[in-house]
Amino acid sequence: MKHSLIPLESLVEPVKKQATDLQALREKLAAGRGPAFWRTLDEAAESEELREYVEQEFPGLSGQIPQGVDRRSLLKVMAASLAMAGAAACTKQPKELIVPYVRQPENIIPGLPLFYATAMPTAGYARGVLVESHLNRPTKVEGNPDHPASLGSTTIFEQGSVLNLYDPDRAEIVMREGSISNWPTFTGEFSTAAQGIVSRKGEGLAILSGATTSPTLINQMSTLLAQNPGAKWYIHEPSVNPAIRSAAKKIAGKNAFVAYDFSQADVIVSLESDFLNNGPAALAYARQYAKRRAIDNGETPVRLYAIESCPTVSGSIADHRFPVKSSAIPAIAYQLAKACSVAAPDAGTPAPDWLNAVAQDLQNSKGKCVVVPGEFQPESVHLAAWALNSALGNVGKTVRLLDGVEPDNTHTLEELTTDLNNGRIEMLLILGGNPVYTAPASLNFTTAIRKARLVIHLSQFSDETSLWSHWHVPEAHYLETWSDSRAFDGTTTIQQPLIAPLYENKSAHEVLSILLGKPDQSSHDIVKGYWQDQLKGANFEAVWKTSLHDGWIAGIAANSINAGGAVTLPPLQQPAISDLEVVFRPDPTIGDGAWSNNGWLQELPKPQSKMTWDNTVSISPKDAQRLNVTIGDMLKVTVNGRTTVGPAWILPGHVEGSVTVYFGYGRTASGRVGNNIGYNAYAIQDASTPWYAAGSISKTGEHYRLANVQETQTMAGRNPVRATELAEYRKTPNFPTAEEPPLDKATSLYPEWPYEGHKWGMTIDLNVCTGCSACIIACQAENNIAVVGKDQVARGRHMHWIRVDRYYAGNDIDDPEIYNQPVPCMHCEQAPCEVVCPVAATVHSNEGLNEMVYNRCVGTRYCSNNCPYKVRRFNFYLYSDWNTQSLYGARNPDVTVRTRGVMEKCSYCVQRIQEVKIQADKENRPIRDGEIQTACQQVCPTQAITFGDLNLKGSKVAQQQALPRNYGLLDDLNTRPRTKYLGFVRNSNEALSGNTRKS
Amino acid sequence: MPQLFRPSSNTIAKVSIAGVVLLLGSTLAVAYIMDRGPWTTSVRIAPEQPIPFSHKHHVKDDGIDCRYCHTSVENSGYAGLPPTETCMTCHSQIWSNASVTQPIRDSWASGKSIEWTRVHDLPDFVYFNHSIHINKGIGCSACHGQVDEMPLMYRVNTLNMNWCVNCHRNPAQFIRPRSEVFNVDYAYPPNQAELGAKLVKEYHVQSLTDCVTCHR
Amino acid sequence: MATQENLKISELPEIPDPGPDEIIGPGHNYATVTERIGGIVYTPWKRWPGKWWIGAAIAFGFVNLLMLAMYVLFFRGIGTWGVNIPIGWGFAIINFVWWIGIGHAGTLISAILFLLRQDWRTSINRFSEAMTLFAVACAGMFPILHLGRPWLAYWLFPYPNSMWLWPQPRSPLEWDVFAVSTYGTVSLVFWYIGLIPDLASIRDSAPHLWQQRIYGILCLGWRGSAIHWHRYQKAYLLLAGLSTPLVLSVHTIVSFDFAISIIPGWHTTIFPPYFVAGAIYSGFAMVLTLIIPLRSWYNMRDLITLRHIDAAAKFMLGTGLIVAYGYAMEAFFAWYSGDKYESFMYWNRITGPYAVTWWLLILCNIALPQSLWSRRVRHNIGLVWVLSLVVNIGMWLERFEIVVTSLHRDFVPSSWGIYIPTKWDWATYTGTLGFFMFLIFLFVRMLPSISIFEVREVVHHLRHPREAYQEKQ
Repeated sequence: MKHSLIPLESLVEPVKKQATDLQALREKLAAGRGPAFWRTLDEAAESEELREYVEQEFPGLSGQIPQGVDRRSLLKVMAASLAMAGAAACTKQPKELIVPYVRQPENIIPGLPLFYATAMPTAGYARGVLVESHLNRPTKVEGNPDHPASLGSTTIFEQGSVLNLYDPDRAEIVMREGSISNWPTFTGEFSTAAQGIVSRKGEGLAILSGATTSPTLINQMSTLLAQNPGAKWYIHEPSVNPAIRSAAKKIAGKNAFVAYDFSQADVIVSLESDFLNNGPAALAYARQYAKRRAIDNGETPVRLYAIESCPTVSGSIADHRFPVKSSAIPAIAYQLAKACSVAAPDAGTPAPDWLNAVAQDLQNSKGKCVVVPGEFQPESVHLAAWALNSALGNVGKTVRLLDGVEPDNTHTLEELTTDLNNGRIEMLLILGGNPVYTAPASLNFTTAIRKARLVIHLSQFSDETSLWSHWHVPEAHYLETWSDSRAFDGTTTIQQPLIAPLYENKSAHEVLSILLGKPDQSSHDIVKGYWQDQLKGANFEAVWKTSLHDGWIAGIAANSINAGGAVTLPPLQQPAISDLEVVFRPDPTIGDGAWSNNGWLQELPKPQSKMTWDNTVSISPKDAQRLNVTIGDMLKVTVNGRTTVGPAWILPGHVEGSVTVYFGYGRTASGRVGNNIGYNAYAIQDASTPWYAAGSISKTGEHYRLANVQETQTMAGRNPVRATELAEYRKTPNFPTAEEPPLDKATSLYPEWPYEGHKWGMTIDLNVCTGCSACIIACQAENNIAVVGKDQVARGRHMHWIRVDRYYAGNDIDDPEIYNQPVPCMHCEQAPCEVVCPVAATVHSNEGLNEMVYNRCVGTRYCSNNCPYKVRRFNFYLYSDWNTQSLYGARNPDVTVRTRGVMEKCSYCVQRIQEVKIQADKENRPIRDGEIQTACQQVCPTQAITFGDLNLKGSKVAQQQALPRNYGLLDDLNTRPRTKYLGFVRNSNEALSGNTRKS
Repeated sequence: MPQLFRPSSNTIAKVSIAGVVLLLGSTLAVAYIMDRGPWTTSVRIAPEQPIPFSHKHHVKDDGIDCRYCHTSVENSGYAGLPPTETCMTCHSQIWSNASVTQPIRDSWASGKSIEWTRVHDLPDFVYFNHSIHINKGIGCSACHGQVDEMPLMYRVNTLNMNWCVNCHRNPAQFIRPRSEVFNVDYAYPPNQAELGAKLVKEYHVQSLTDCVTCHR
Repeated sequence: MATQENLKISELPEIPDPGPDEIIGPGHNYATVTERIGGIVYTPWKRWPGKWWIGAAIAFGFVNLLMLAMYVLFFRGIGTWGVNIPIGWGFAIINFVWWIGIGHAGTLISAILFLLRQDWRTSINRFSEAMTLFAVACAGMFPILHLGRPWLAYWLFPYPNSMWLWPQPRSPLEWDVFAVSTYGTVSLVFWYIGLIPDLASIRDSAPHLWQQRIYGILCLGWRGSAIHWHRYQKAYLLLAGLSTPLVLSVHTIVSFDFAISIIPGWHTTIFPPYFVAGAIYSGFAMVLTLIIPLRSWYNMRDLITLRHIDAAAKFMLGTGLIVAYGYAMEAFFAWYSGDKYESFMYWNRITGPYAVTWWLLILCNIALPQSLWSRRVRHNIGLVWVLSLVVNIGMWLERFEIVVTSLHRDFVPSSWGIYIPTKWDWATYTGTLGFFMFLIFLFVRMLPSISIFEVREVVHHLRHPREAYQEKQ
């Protein structure tokens, strides 16, 4: 019988791959009628390759074990056997202990979480956060609504930071040349070593740190440098482009920061800037942008032109995307300047036809537009953008020049390498960072660092750099130590610890304080001492308390420099790279590599590719066709003779003649999660041209198995995302339901639910969703969602309760329209899942919640089969890590940790609903609108998600569901989803109608 | 051919028929009783504690209010267990040398907590909130029984789901005036039916039987 | 005369193969029938043929494979299978439906054909009933195995519990619990009642006392008195009447598992009749797959004649045509309904990643069986046997189509997926095959695989072949 099933088995045998016939595909799409949505080239081609590709994704009948099973297998057996014991109807509960305090702290009431304000510095810049603490155990990070760089939202990294705190792989004790030591020994030996240096006025002392804005640290450093003129302070921030600051300095004539105000903008031109997702002010910008995107009351939304090589989060919601080589942006900037009659050197190449239309649009909205230079573009682009903005009269309106908050006159990693090689450095003190891994290969930092007589490394993990250091000191997590940091606009936060250091962790302040001759000063004393000097006079304690409570110190902000000097644009350094260009970018979820041991961020699908657990070489469809490359083919990328090998990802919208590589992977000393996955892009980075360089690629012939969360199949004429042009929207505001009206309610045989009390509902505004994916990881942090590992993701078993679908539309795969659609549980009023559960484990609540009761679930998976949205997730194995003690701390005590064999799904954060309901009930008052926020809603930078009570008159969610743009996903099935969407409206430029895709 | 079976086998056959039925019945009965009996629910079984703490003595004889020790019962999900500090407020003075209170002093001296065995132990997937029940006029004794009669603490109720649901379906049977909530020997009046109904209205008590009321 | 100890089947009077229309070889009398059938049972194990030992050993090997697969499943989790989101059901449900389907022939033959007084059923009903039981036993495993937490399977039964919770009556899975268990029980009782008189005859002719004792207990003291026979016939008739509706109900309800849902490819009204037909189709296929080797190995060509094979083949042809109609209707409604999901689903079946299995299914279930129209094919035992195998495979593929291709591309494309069975899927499936065969092997040795007394009735009714035979002498 088995032999007769050869066709079936052939599905699982590795099959020789051929290239996707992109030409045929292009024609097919060109002939496409209507918005034929499709996701990948293979699927659009609906081709043989798809099947083979899918087989590639799910090879073999073996390896049924999720990653990390070796650590867990024992526990699984235990769990299973326990469960077996549970089979008997009558089981005794195991004995449980209660351990009360000996002396109970006043402010702590067991069972009630406390929130503390602090800030997480990213590349030095602060984002204010409120951290939820259960019995002094930080469990969840939220944005601080009062903080200008957060406004209540966070990025994916703040959410992930909690997991880093409890990471079992964190360095725990001071190490000396690989053997265990301790802090006192270190301080002793370090002080003695320091004395020698100090006696020579700091000759031969080098201090390398990441970018910082910490006033205390800067003060400590300046004291140190004052005492030791010979010492030098070097700063290396792998994923930050120094040109941003140098340009600002040229413009202002001093240390400065260029800030934008998109809330006043009518037109935005992004010169390869991911301003909505990248940089110290991204969250503020996202919020401003979302506000200007409003259309429901007849406003004309802002128009965004994105000129970029590789689709960014910001580019994905642009009204017009122009794929242009990264190296061609400087020329484009000059051409744009010229077109706006700004004196600019010759750009060499002629301007593309569309540029004039863009320039015209800019000139039509003088003082109401912004030209945003790309974070990774050279100084010339930043200067050109400034010149443009001042010429267009935006300065002071949509563009502001602020005092810089980063230290000035520091040195770079290049200088450090030179000094090391010249033997000028005796003692190298590395405060955070991992230069051995993140230094561009051209610097050969690994050889340079060996020249130092004594290397001291302070970092959270014992990483690549620690291996080359004589001493390694475990760095304190930002939730463990006192410090301070400033936001892009100078707002200053005193970072207070949520928890005492879990191990022998020390802060940079404490290490520096040894050099300053005060070895036993605690971070608290250092920070508080500094601010006592700063905030002299009026009742310091009161100010201190308020500042800690609010999360920022009143009255301290950067002055805005109104005098924006006129800039003269330098001649174009280099023309656009004519042959292949290799673009270097930090990984969307792993950054420069600092997050590589974070399971949440590893499994978080990367916004554009939806890839997990790997970095890829993004390549344009045209190049893929030319080189006969299919997704997963290993590509050898060569820059200046250095090579690295990574799997190809064909990225529609990526410009031809260019590939994008991502930092953060290929690490060897990251930890059990981040070791040996992906390739190392630093290995081919050249310090002289760090962000893009001429290079070449070639196929190695190998193929690589990628774990992608949504890699399959065509849209088959379905429109989950409904989009239109602004003009169309003005004509038919109800465009989403005009053509596809929902099914008439009367068609159901089941009786209506009354919903007398609350009636929970959610709306997601596709018009402002950037697909940044913060909602996914926020949900993961809030709801104890397990990490399953690459193998399981590849098998289609990832556990995210909310996913962000990314669709390509239009008929041009080289420049498609891109749509993002977050999909949580729809909480259908006529839920198909409810009727099919044999044990009533998923049932309907009186408030319209679709309840999932883990402890009743036997795991038939019928509910998931019958869910048309496929938002249910199943614990195929014991995914929750039940045996890594340190991870217990990260869990939310209000949410059950799921076991093996049960279904789970989005609950609308029911634990938050219940908490507020009980509170309001005790206070004998109705629940206020917006009082309950789901985790995804709270984190969303653009506030695309709204949750609330549909029965509450005038609640925001009720208003939004009354909008004409409102529609339900698959509402032709009469499931009556409670989660609704607001259609996407594109504000295209008529003058470019030739360029806009018919949709 | 010889007879295969003796005449008696007829009787055996008949008896065995009845026997099978009886056996099945009794096994089921035993299982049922086991499931609801104290062996499973540990009702009226006082677990061993580091200190033979007597609610009877402290509540009845000394007349200490529940909230003196269980401080957070009105505002938190957890009623709260007293820190050693609370015990020491008295026991640094009285019984300060008694051997029974030795663990308290040890804990106070060493700073190491006293490890009590949980008596009212709900499964981890059940989220019970004391404060809202107190607020809605469910007295302590409604669930915990007359602790002032307990020399050692034990369960008087099974804490089985049906026991919870019984009240959640019809709260009126167990609601008492808020003033009486902490009265351990409160007796439900004969007119509980209408009194309960009245209080249910007054306190806006809802009959919450949605799963997510307790399971999240 | 030969004592029963050393009596061999080969020593029975040689009886030539019967003609194509005869349901029993000429020359049979009560004794020969008893010897021929009962002889197999009380042949001492030393004389059991090597073929049997080898077959049983292989089957037992697969039983152990099944045990291993279950062990892995229980201790690692359902993740060892190929199931995922969106394809929440895989081999487990496919095999469940397949086995249940096979289980249909038995009751149909013994009950419905009995009521229809089809005398040719007599020599195959016992065997197919046994087959039914074993198939249902295999089927019954899967709904439990495929649970995420199998140890809680008892929650599907309504029993008084301290949670005050009952199963959810709207769920088809809940209906299955009752449908399948009822069917299993009734089939068992029916089969056992049918066995009683034969157990008695084995008791009477078994060589050893212990055998006589065991069969004596099993036959509940049957003495074959007139009153026994009278009551017996009544009971048998009643049970036949009782189990007849079950033949239709069980697979109807199994089909609801799919028809009730909203998944395109599942949500169709044609499922109940089409499933029942398919069940009988595969049932007869399996009967043929098993009895054709059986009759040749145990030299029973004179008891299971061409007439039986021919009739069973005709049944296959007929039910096969109903199934074909079902496919046609699915295709028609995919087009006629104008429902974009339905039409895509069907198109995807034909051209999607699983197209191979669909075309293979058409070949096995529709194309090849048409050859049964020809009498020559029906009378070519080898060919019929091959066809029966083909149909078994085809019906398995049909369930694969229904379960997998409907699920893997349903509504929202972003969550479409692919299903690849793992080695443990295969182990479980082949394991149940082994389990089934092992039971069959035991059955043919331990119990009369053909109803002795009913064949005797036939002998009684058809004296003429015997006279014809004597004239030849």
